[in-house]
Amino acid sequence: MDFLRPASWDEALAAKAEHPTAVPIAGGTDVMVEINFDRRRPEYLLDLNRVADLYEWEVGTDTVRLGASVPYSKIMESLRAELPGLALASHTVASPQIRNRGGVGGNLGTASPAGDAHPALLAAGAEVEVASAARGTRLIPIDEFYTGVKRNALRPDELIRAVHVKKADGPQQYAKVGTRNAMVIAVCAFGLALHPGTRTVRTGIGSAAPTPVRATAAEEFLAAALEEGGFWDNGKIITPAAAKRFADLCAAACNPIDDVRGTASYRRHAVGVMARRTLTWTWESYRGARRTTEGAA
Amino acid sequence: MRVNLTVNGRPQEADDVWEGESLLYVLRERLGLPGSKNACEQGECGSCTVRLDGVPVCACLVAAGQAEGREVVTVEGLADHARERSRSGCATGVRGTPLDEARAWQAEGPDAQAAEGSGLSPVQQAFIDAGAVQCGFCTPGLLVASDELLERNPDPSDADIREALSGNLCRCTGYEKIMDAVRLAAARRSEGV
Ligand SMILES: Cc1cc2nc3c(=O)[nH]c(=O)nc-3n(C[C@H](O)[C@H](O)[C@H](O)COP(=O)(O)OP(=O)(O)OC[C@H]3O[C@@H](n4cnc5c(N)ncnc54)[C@H](O)[C@@H]3O)c2cc1C
Ligand code: FES
Ligand code: FES
Repeated sequence: MDFLRPASWDEALAAKAEHPTAVPIAGGTDVMVEINFDRRRPEYLLDLNRVADLYEWEVGTDTVRLGASVPYSKIMESLRAELPGLALASHTVASPQIRNRGGVGGNLGTASPAGDAHPALLAAGAEVEVASAARGTRLIPIDEFYTGVKRNALRPDELIRAVHVKKADGPQQYAKVGTRNAMVIAVCAFGLALHPGTRTVRTGIGSAAPTPVRATAAEEFLAAALEEGGFWDNGKIITPAAAKRFADLCAAACNPIDDVRGTASYRRHAVGVMARRTLTWTWESYRGARRTTEGAA
Repeated sequence: MRVNLTVNGRPQEADDVWEGESLLYVLRERLGLPGSKNACEQGECGSCTVRLDGVPVCACLVAAGQAEGREVVTVEGLADHARERSRSGCATGVRGTPLDEARAWQAEGPDAQAAEGSGLSPVQQAFIDAGAVQCGFCTPGLLVASDELLERNPDPSDADIREALSGNLCRCTGYEKIMDAVRLAAARRSEGV
């Protein structure tokens, strides 16, 4: 095994171009487990820890450009206002020790259906910025990034530079089912983001299909129901029937399996419950914010 | 490969390191510092917790080469780390704990008086006084995590303590005495004991 230690982003891309089989290692919280347990013996490890750019983020007008290696603990600490869904999801990852090392780049690299960043990114809206020495930079819409169980749209000579995540324009929530509060891989998970600016709603479902997925039929149903009832303007409580229909459509978007963590039917049921709850929480928060702005006006 | 790093304030060099090796292996097997424990090797138990450039991490998940040029504090250097912190108000400019001292390290004295000369950090003494150590396997990781919590937050709530220690498993104590120990260390510090 060779240990490659690029000191800059360009050097990292050059190393990846020269050794496309090299396994990038950022926080190592997925890679080292595989090496420790002899499940992986890469020819080259490509250490990204010295590439300082990957640890930085920039808050723009509409998006946050989040460096691939920014650890979860930093997201929780510094981006709670801009990326509330991702900050909540980050907080559910493992433990402080893991959150101090692991980040979204590694989560995307592993592309596990159970990865906690994914539902939050799907719900917020995001693009993955990847680059190669040969072809430069391209942006992959998050909806096209997950291509199969633990597979993603990265080419062998590419590395993830950053994720461009839409800044929240409304309330966001993240819910996760597991056996305890810490150190839990999701049985299933659900992210929801209200986008009052465009009068749309986006979802993300984790651990209930071969890849992280959105419940697009549910999103469309809810957007139409909110529009028709004038809910965005009148701020009324969403009817239980509409919430139920939304939850059912979210459950129907799942394509889960039975495994050690839970059965397929439990996952479907739980996703429905989380969909209804997160809808209630976010909508209540939207109504609350409306009342305050109106009160102040 | 060779790895150069600072461990407990002293520069160290490890030779013949395999590229896929963990920092935990380097500490235990190459530098002879078995304080950080190896239980799961998959980040679940926290018994290998060390500070890497000040940040608590699982040493079993840091590749040895990633520690090149960086600063590591293990349980063996915790007393010195705490002393330096109280002396300078922050934990920089550490005098350091040499390897032979660290290897010969043992806890002495079951009471707070004996702590004077025994070189225990306040958190270590609190763990002993609160009866938070049974088999002791989880203790080094918990000490490093607790010490970092109190450095950051001298007056933590119970929820803060539970959160900070949520990555450290203990099979013996049921955690209540560990909670007591951290509360005790915080209380002693606020009273200036
Ligand atoms: C005990 C434990 C508990 C965990 N619990 C959770 C949990 O609750 N939720 C969760 O989502 N995850 C969990 N994980 C998994 C892991 O922590 C996350 O997937 C984390 O986001 C990985 O980030 P990392 O930087 O450590 O990745 P690494 O291990 O460094 O890399 C992961 C993968 O991504 C690739 N990669 C990394 N950076 C790049 C890049 N810039 N470009 C291209 N490829 C890259 C690597 O080659 C590798 O394939 C847990 C892991 C452990 C050990
Ligand atoms: S040995 Fe590292 S977390 Fe268990
Ligand atoms: S004291 Fe035995 S594991 Fe904690």
